[in-house]
Amino acid sequence: MTDNVDHSKRRLLIAATTAAGGVAAAGAGAPFVLSLMPSERAKAAGAPIEVDLSGVTPGTMISVEWQGKPVWIVHRTPEMLEMLSKHDAELADPSSEVPQQPEYCNNPTRSIKPEFLVVLGICTHLGCSPTFRPEVAPADLGGDWAGGWFCPCHGSRFDLAARVFKGVPAPTNLIIPPHKYLSETRLLIGDDSKGNA
Amino acid sequence: MNLLTKLVGWIDDRFPLISTWKAHVSEYYAPKNFNFWYFFGSLALMVLVIQIVSGIFLTMNYKPDALFAFASVEYIMRDVQWGWLLRYIHSTGASMFFVVIYLHMFRGIMYGSYRKPRELVWIIGMIIYLALMGEAFMGYLLPWGQMSFWGAQVIVNLFASVPFVGPDLAVLIRGDYVVSDITLNRFFALHVIAIPLVLVLIIVAHLVALHEVGSNNPDGVEIKKHKDANGKPLDGIPFHPYYTVKDGLGAVGFLIIFCAIVFFAPDMGGYFLEYNNFVPANPMKTPEHIAPVWYFTPYYAILRAVPPMFGSQFPGVVAMGVATVIFFALPWLDRGPVKSIRYRGPIYKTFLAAFVVSFVGLGYLGLMPATPTYTIISRILAVVYFAFFILMPWYTKIDKCKPEPDRVTFK
Repeated sequence: MTDNVDHSKRRLLIAATTAAGGVAAAGAGAPFVLSLMPSERAKAAGAPIEVDLSGVTPGTMISVEWQGKPVWIVHRTPEMLEMLSKHDAELADPSSEVPQQPEYCNNPTRSIKPEFLVVLGICTHLGCSPTFRPEVAPADLGGDWAGGWFCPCHGSRFDLAARVFKGVPAPTNLIIPPHKYLSETRLLIGDDSKGNA
Repeated sequence: MNLLTKLVGWIDDRFPLISTWKAHVSEYYAPKNFNFWYFFGSLALMVLVIQIVSGIFLTMNYKPDALFAFASVEYIMRDVQWGWLLRYIHSTGASMFFVVIYLHMFRGIMYGSYRKPRELVWIIGMIIYLALMGEAFMGYLLPWGQMSFWGAQVIVNLFASVPFVGPDLAVLIRGDYVVSDITLNRFFALHVIAIPLVLVLIIVAHLVALHEVGSNNPDGVEIKKHKDANGKPLDGIPFHPYYTVKDGLGAVGFLIIFCAIVFFAPDMGGYFLEYNNFVPANPMKTPEHIAPVWYFTPYYAILRAVPPMFGSQFPGVVAMGVATVIFFALPWLDRGPVKSIRYRGPIYKTFLAAFVVSFVGLGYLGLMPATPTYTIISRILAVVYFAFFILMPWYTKIDKCKPEPDRVTFK
């Protein structure tokens, strides 16, 4: 029995309609998805900030807000700097091979001036802000602790050059943001005049 | 013919009112041997209604704006007439939703309710569970306290660890480079309209699929095998009035507990409402100890238990993701000749007991700080958790099962 239906033509028309409808649906959907991306205002919120370092005494840390995230500035004492080279074997990336810092900070102290460490205070594991623990060998962190950061969320540990220890959840060292010195005590975070921002 | 009968008749000529009522309620035949564990399906539905109603009223005073959100919740708590009650009903409802759902899922596992022909009932149920997790997570950001902020920060960063597309995906979710006002605003939209709509639709699908194949029961045998001359299952009783009455009893018992929590322990010692969330969100400082709300902690403990590999935390995220979705595979992992735990052998019972211990244990460890000892225990429990699923095709097959009865047992 024939049904007088041209099935191949019907299939072609169904395929063509589906394809055209699909393209139209994708096109109509695009603005909705794109509206979820950062707005122009959100994009513009990342301007560089200036910080005065004169109040940061040796052995202390200040925290400033840049792009909605904490940036830490630590004034490291000579003893702190001396201890940095003594635990390379326990670090995941002691010589900072993973590019978590601008080129000018790829050195043993991960800084422009050895005494001042400028680092983004966001754990590379899942984005918590680790706690500054400068004291040596506190009871809760163990006798080997030579000062650094401890992340309360998942137990990641970083030394005073913000390098990650082995065997903790965080995979990489903390990020050093682009920065430069405007004068002896004026620091600019977010711009280094080298094209990084 | 009185007026009401006329009205129903008038509607029924234009809408399948009586036939729908019969098909799903008054002539839906459920096995007569339902026990305590069968309360939790209808209780879940009741909690959904509680959440929707209390949520609508909260929305009338809440402001989804990073500058005002925390203060608007305090305003609801202190100044809105009975606002504290609405808020505590909603926050208690969120936790009790998961209590009920976890027990409902455990019932399904115990009695093999996911087995053929109920695979789709189980799968749709799992989708409901995942949607519920999303709903709870987004709702938790809204009070804009410290736990709201840092919890969202951690969970969104889970997505950022996906290779290649991760960072862009996290930006797309947040709508910003950090968790911000923009994120709060969109989570509000998703929490109050998008996900609830989806939830209601898939819950309807869950029930339609269930009523198509019929309910399982504690014996795990099919009541449709034995029907009377009219085609009614011999071991079935109409849902209404038998189970509407029984579930009514369950609802009353549940509401007694629910009200006791709302009125006497709304924060439940920090487990339902975490103390750090009474501090406004501060993007500059993570609280000393953060943990998700209790219903996410088993998965959170698995996340923490996996060390980074190849310079990435992605393996931990994958383990956590697999731990949540592996339930989908249950209908095909289980090769046992019987469905119900009543007729299973000792090996299955041992594995199920170990699984319960691992789930509860991981839930506890997820609340605790990450110490080396706890990490080791988490790893062991995570292995037990996955072993329950991965070894299931093997141990359900070799287990010495008892013979299933032909009809349901009912004393």
